[in-house]
Amino acid sequence: MSGLLISVARRDLLLARRRRIEALLPLGFFIVAAGLFPIGVGPEPQMLRQMAPGVVWVCALLAAMLSVTQMFASDHQDGSLEQMLLSSQPLVTVVLGKVLAHWLSSGVPLVLAAPLIGVLFDMRAQAIGYLALTLLLGTPILSLLGAVGAALTLGLRSGAALVFLLVLPLTIPALIFGTGAVGAVDAGLSAQAHLSLLGALLIVTLLGAPVATAAALRISMD
Amino acid sequence: MNQAAPALRWTTFAAPSRFFALSGRMVPWFWVATLAFAAVGLYIGFFVAPTDHQQGESYRIIFIHVPAAWMSMLIYLVMAFWAAWGWILNARMASMYARALAPTGAMFTFVALWTGALWGKPTWGTWWVWDARLTSEFILLLLYIGYIALTEAIDDVRRAANAGALLALVGAVNIPVIYFSVRWWNTLHQGATISATAAPKMASTMLTAMLLMTLSFWAYSFAVVFTRARAIVLEQESDTDWVRATVLGTKEAKR
Repeated sequence: MSGLLISVARRDLLLARRRRIEALLPLGFFIVAAGLFPIGVGPEPQMLRQMAPGVVWVCALLAAMLSVTQMFASDHQDGSLEQMLLSSQPLVTVVLGKVLAHWLSSGVPLVLAAPLIGVLFDMRAQAIGYLALTLLLGTPILSLLGAVGAALTLGLRSGAALVFLLVLPLTIPALIFGTGAVGAVDAGLSAQAHLSLLGALLIVTLLGAPVATAAALRISMD
Repeated sequence: MNQAAPALRWTTFAAPSRFFALSGRMVPWFWVATLAFAAVGLYIGFFVAPTDHQQGESYRIIFIHVPAAWMSMLIYLVMAFWAAWGWILNARMASMYARALAPTGAMFTFVALWTGALWGKPTWGTWWVWDARLTSEFILLLLYIGYIALTEAIDDVRRAANAGALLALVGAVNIPVIYFSVRWWNTLHQGATISATAAPKMASTMLTAMLLMTLSFWAYSFAVVFTRARAIVLEQESDTDWVRATVLGTKEAKR
């Protein structure tokens, strides 16, 4: 079972590596979108520092949704997704492998780029560390929930736009606890509660979302 | 048309043709109930119920606001229930109910937000605060819009119903998580010092008016949802004989 998971993930990562620029587009979007905020609201360091966790998190949400429709789209087009559904292998594991690959190729770059944005927003070193940590816990949630949306909107004309509408409301708890942890650290409090809740959210999503995604794929390919 | 089996079972009205016939007779009565309850409820609410000593007359919007907020939450659960029923048992009629419920639920959510804003302006001095209740009601509206957008975007009827069912269920599971996280977020930020939770003790006439308005909204929901479900039935069953007979029959009767 874990062999299947790893082979699906490796295949998707290999495909992503073949189209390197395409795979890095969400990262580009993330940096551009976050970079627009200081220009839009003004360069006062105090205000930027206060806004930074929220801006980084919201931009990460949008960047994740931007790339998530690609998770099944190309496999749907060339028919290999149908073969995955027909195969005797558990579909939930296939979904998990694809989510893992999506997270490694688009979530992890966001985690790595977040400290850079934090520096641009004049955040303190400790807050930057926690920002990266919350994103490390939060971006898998985005990939998992995004997979549900991507599976539901598979092959639809307006699929890419629909995913934003369907998934973003569901990511609000992750946004709240992610930014809350950084805010707490910035205010000199412990981020323990926020991080625990974010971790709990990740576990629950990890248990529920792949099952929902597999069901959604079966509905969409019916 | 096969009407030779009049034995009533619990699935009897799951047949779209029977639903169509029965609901056609019920819809006018629901409208009568809507207007009757609304007339009495609004009369008590506006003329009998005493003026609130803190909020003055502006509190009277609760006779619309609170029932609408109740309906908005109830309809989402009912919608998720019928959608799941239709998905699991492959019952067409249940899926049609779910689809017919969504716009009414979204409308009540919007009404609750709108009347809340109208009440907030004279009472709090602002149209909107990011209070926990307002925020979660706003997110509920987003969930409704997502459901409607998804079911409308899919052309295949069965796929639309089942995909909508999955989304509605995921939303229903997430509602408590969203609600509690929003509440926590709100208390941590201390943004809104004013809260809608501190409801003053209510005079019994106020409660009567509110309950009457709730009954009126229930009847309205039945009337509108049945009417919409009838239209969906006609659309989705348009290739059957009974629909052709019904549609042609009414056209000839009008001539």
